Amino acid sequence: MADKRIDSETGVETVGHEWDGIEELNNPLPRWWLWTFYACIAFAIGYVVVYPAIPLLDKGTEGIWGWTSRGQLAAEMKKEEDRKAPILAALAARPVEELPRDAELMRTAVAGGRAAFKVNCVQCHGAGAAGSKGFPNLNDDDWLWGGDLKSIETTLIHGIRQPGDDQTRFSQMPAFGRDGILDSTQIQYLVSHVRSISGQEQTGPSAQRGSTIFAEQCASCHGPDGKGNRAFGAPDLTDAIWLYGGSRADITQTITNSRFGVMPAWGQKLDAGTIKMLAAYVHSLGGGEDFVEAAAQPAAEVNEQP
Amino acid sequence: MNSPEPIQPPEAPQAVLYAKREPVFNRRIDGPFRRFKWFVMVVTLAVYYVTPWLRWDRGPYAPDQAVLIDLAHRRFYMFGIEIWPHEFYFVAGLLIMAGIGLFLLTSVVGRAWCGYACPQTVWTDLFQHIDRFIDGDRNARFRLHKAPWGPAKITRRLLKWSIYLVISFLTGGAWILYFADAPTLLRDFFAGDAAGVAYATVAVLTFTTFWLGGFMREQVCIYMCPWPRIQTAMLDEKSLIVTYKDWRGEPRGSVKKAEKEPDKFGDCIDCGQCVAVCPTGIDIREGTQIGCITCALCIDACDRVMKDIGRPRGLIDYATLEDCKAEAAGKPPVPVWQTLRHPRTMVYFAIWAGIGLALLFALGTRSRTDISVAQDRNPPFMLMSDGSVRNGYTVKLRNMESRPRQMEIAIAGIPGARMWTDDMPHQNAASTIRRTIAADAVENLRAYVIAPRGTASGHVTFNLRSLDEKGESDSSETRFEAPEAQ
Repeated sequence: MADKRIDSETGVETVGHEWDGIEELNNPLPRWWLWTFYACIAFAIGYVVVYPAIPLLDKGTEGIWGWTSRGQLAAEMKKEEDRKAPILAALAARPVEELPRDAELMRTAVAGGRAAFKVNCVQCHGAGAAGSKGFPNLNDDDWLWGGDLKSIETTLIHGIRQPGDDQTRFSQMPAFGRDGILDSTQIQYLVSHVRSISGQEQTGPSAQRGSTIFAEQCASCHGPDGKGNRAFGAPDLTDAIWLYGGSRADITQTITNSRFGVMPAWGQKLDAGTIKMLAAYVHSLGGGEDFVEAAAQPAAEVNEQP
Repeated sequence: MNSPEPIQPPEAPQAVLYAKREPVFNRRIDGPFRRFKWFVMVVTLAVYYVTPWLRWDRGPYAPDQAVLIDLAHRRFYMFGIEIWPHEFYFVAGLLIMAGIGLFLLTSVVGRAWCGYACPQTVWTDLFQHIDRFIDGDRNARFRLHKAPWGPAKITRRLLKWSIYLVISFLTGGAWILYFADAPTLLRDFFAGDAAGVAYATVAVLTFTTFWLGGFMREQVCIYMCPWPRIQTAMLDEKSLIVTYKDWRGEPRGSVKKAEKEPDKFGDCIDCGQCVAVCPTGIDIREGTQIGCITCALCIDACDRVMKDIGRPRGLIDYATLEDCKAEAAGKPPVPVWQTLRHPRTMVYFAIWAGIGLALLFALGTRSRTDISVAQDRNPPFMLMSDGSVRNGYTVKLRNMESRPRQMEIAIAGIPGARMWTDDMPHQNAASTIRRTIAADAVENLRAYVIAPRGTASGHVTFNLRSLDEKGESDSSETRFEAPEAQ
């Protein structure tokens, strides 16, 4: 076994093993290599002492530096909160309709609103804010309660049809069929009329009869020409956008049983800064309207049944 | 420790698993190769220390440092060339060229990189000159090494290590100047205002230079560097190496012995000069080996000895093993340039030059404007109250020149389509918009394209054109989605 000899080619001693004629030369490692190895061991011991390392039964060792990944996360979150605090304060101090005057603040608000939207709003309005049947699409230029920053903020704070908030957006369409106000023939006339003013059908005799009924029953909210009224959240019936569908069946259903959606009053749940950020984000989606003084009056006073 | 031997038989000598480094005290030598080594050292050190201070005027919107790796703004400046992150293939190409260039160099002149230009070699050489300057030549240094620690030795050691440290600090300090404006950074560095990473980098590089150049030296080549291992596979009998012509030198004998019996001895007088001058402490007469960086100082030493004793030079010389064999067989020596006719050399050169030409071509034809458009996926399209259809896009415009430029963006492919961006009133929507893009910047636009009622899905093309004398253009095609016809 220990058949050491000096290899004639290299002049180096062999370690003395031989496997089928293959021998190993004994070229010693440099000594500093050994020191490096010891240094690694020393480092490992130091690591175990200062960092959490050894799992015990209920929890691991804590390490004398007290570092934890949760603690690091908390510190980073705290840092982020501290960074955001002055921005939120600036937002809270500024009326929402004046936001566009400060481009930088507006950009920050839109970015913050995008994040808040993902947490609070996507459940109904969808991740792209495109909504679905019964849940309005926030990207388009059609607004039930107004699409300027101030109106959007008011809607967000007080919600829609929220009991307990006396400024909530409120209106109620009668269930014309179910409550026996109109019979089914009259409703069909009305459907024809509504479809004709939105350009989906030619105006025929049925629609002409419906026009009379519309003037009596519907014009008070939807307007004589069917263009809607934002004070009551009454949709424009002449445009291409149908929240609950624009087919005959859908409109019949709507008139018979009435429709109305609800939205939480976010003012009770979110801080003023976040609500302004959400308003800015929704406004930025492509359909936001300019704020004009006249449109500033929230429709909240109109909460008696029209 | 790792030996698989189970039990050492008591009579066997204890195996040495860890060996202490044998220090190298190389003797001073002068000669053509030593002078070439001086030349390369001066050139490489000058390039390293001077480059960050060269200026290059790029106008008011870009830094004026000739070579600058601006990590913070992700730009790489090299004289007239500016490289953006998406053009990193230029840097990758240069690195590949550097790699293949090493292969090429190895194929042509063996380990010339190791022997002359490698930073480890250059700094080790520099530090060995300092050893000689402080402690004296080979024998004096050897004596001092053996001497017990006393005031004189401690003073000399401290002095030498201080000089090491100063050089190391300058080395590490010059490195960071490549990454920021050199004069500003230098001022900030000593005022204590520079970034923490600058101090950390200088500290790390000072330490590595001090340690690797001052103490590890040839051990880096022998134990750490992967390149000698790769070269082992690249050298063959046609490679130019520094080699001892044993057919001429053996058997060794002193001049006196050779005078008595001229036929019995070869040219080597066993004076040991080739070993004494070697910076890595090897004996070249044992043949080529991993410790040989082919610095050719042994050639200088041997040639001088041969001259003194009146024998022809070149007992140790640059030669290929093949030529050695031919010479030994009595054929006339082959000129060194003949090694260039090695097919492998030509293949490496062809690849190396091919990549270089491709890079030059790409550099000459690259555009300094760029547009990329990403369509919104959610929602894919938006029906407006008047029945028209709107799509949202994120448009990225790049102006890669160091001056602001006006650009025109036009959409094509959808009849009647108009566009606007979120920084303009949508009433001003048009099929063409203009924007001034800041110097050396990327502009992100949130763009909307609106098409009349009844438009079907299709493709929309965004055409970008620079409104300057260059008239550069670029385009990006993407989808335009619309509701299905009812």
